[in-house]
Amino acid sequence: MRHARAAQALPPIVRILLAVAVSIPLMVIDQRSHYLREIRSILSTVIYPIQYVASLPQKVGTGVGEFFTSHQVYQQENKKLRLKVLKLKAAQLKYDALLAENARLRALFKAAAKVADKALIAELIEVNLEPFTQKLLVDKGGRNGVFVGQAVIDANGIMGQITGISPSTSTVTLVTDPGHAIPVQVQRNGLRTVLFGTGATNKLSLPHLTATSDIKTGDVLITSGMAGRFPAGYPVARVESITSDANESFLEIVALPVARLNHSKEVLLIWPGSEATVSVKREDEK
Amino acid sequence: MIGLGQQHRDRCRMVIAISFLLALILDVLPLPYWAEPFRPEWVSMVLIYWCMATPQTVNVGYGWLMGLIVDLMQGSLLGQNALAKSVIAFLAVTFHLRVRMFPLWQQSIFVVVLVLIGQAITIWVKGLTGGLYPTWMQWMPGLSSMILWPWLFVVLRDVRRLSRAK
Repeated sequence: MRHARAAQALPPIVRILLAVAVSIPLMVIDQRSHYLREIRSILSTVIYPIQYVASLPQKVGTGVGEFFTSHQVYQQENKKLRLKVLKLKAAQLKYDALLAENARLRALFKAAAKVADKALIAELIEVNLEPFTQKLLVDKGGRNGVFVGQAVIDANGIMGQITGISPSTSTVTLVTDPGHAIPVQVQRNGLRTVLFGTGATNKLSLPHLTATSDIKTGDVLITSGMAGRFPAGYPVARVESITSDANESFLEIVALPVARLNHSKEVLLIWPGSEATVSVKREDEK
Repeated sequence: MIGLGQQHRDRCRMVIAISFLLALILDVLPLPYWAEPFRPEWVSMVLIYWCMATPQTVNVGYGWLMGLIVDLMQGSLLGQNALAKSVIAFLAVTFHLRVRMFPLWQQSIFVVVLVLIGQAITIWVKGLTGGLYPTWMQWMPGLSSMILWPWLFVVLRDVRRLSRAK
């Protein structure tokens, strides 16, 4: 009790100096090192109930909406999906044959076989994260084997990467985040460069290409696999516009992400196949 | 007598804790896309209220803790909101005697100044660490907080009086 009294007697100016003296090293450590990752992960568990409660209205809303969706609508959707599965299955047949052929050719050249990537479906938790950054919260975490730096995709392409983990949730930083960069190459000719987020929801920039670079509007940018963080070969963006200014040594290129960053309710977390394994495994469709 | 005072203090603490919890939930509640930039700074507003009403109980320490929780929830740099919120708490505690006398609309202006100072700190930290997306919309929470302040003030005051009266 006396101790509490003594603490209360501290004048505000001393307290604020203390708060500043603690906060600044904390920020520096969090920015520069990974020591706080574990602590953040543990503390995030405590925060989860708040996030869960905040996401409830949206969940209930969706649930009620689904409850009142008519039988007919579901039937139509079911029919559409069945057709789609049929089409995809047909495409898959061809893909399987190509995959086998590819493995055979690679074996002929004594190159390491590429293993298909493993994937896990995660659902978005609808809560607000840091304003004016491009981040999402998903419902899979350390307990499911998610790791920092893991690539996150949707049906169309790369969405971003995991930057924070707690046992049951993890934070995804999207490719459009102002602090995000991803090594890519132009699918058409293999030209390698780095793609940066801008902070706008639907805009990416390629600042490092000179006026002589072979790039056109409509070019698809795929991950190059450089830096080893993202698996190679996934589409990331499509070049939208190229502005050439005679006074600037670099082109101003705007690209649009191909993943539906604002619409996806479910995302896929990717475990890249290890290059060393020779056997070609395929993950079950699920 | 002492027992009664203790009981009252406990109830007061509980009211404070619940109001902060609600503010935290409102802070992460999903909003429609267009409304996102206008999200009021709920935690800062509740903090300012309690700093002015009960500066002996709620001050810089509470601000720091709430800021840290916000950092954890938002996935931002640990300490970024903690710093901003403790500065807000410090200013609110320092000027509480004067601001208590102000009419509500003048209090609103005081609140908007504090919220903007808090935002300036977080934007500054983001600028230093390379996560900044420069847009004027970043300052909008100040505006919405200012508009909401009189309502929040009246609600929290009534809640506090009720908890004391019983």
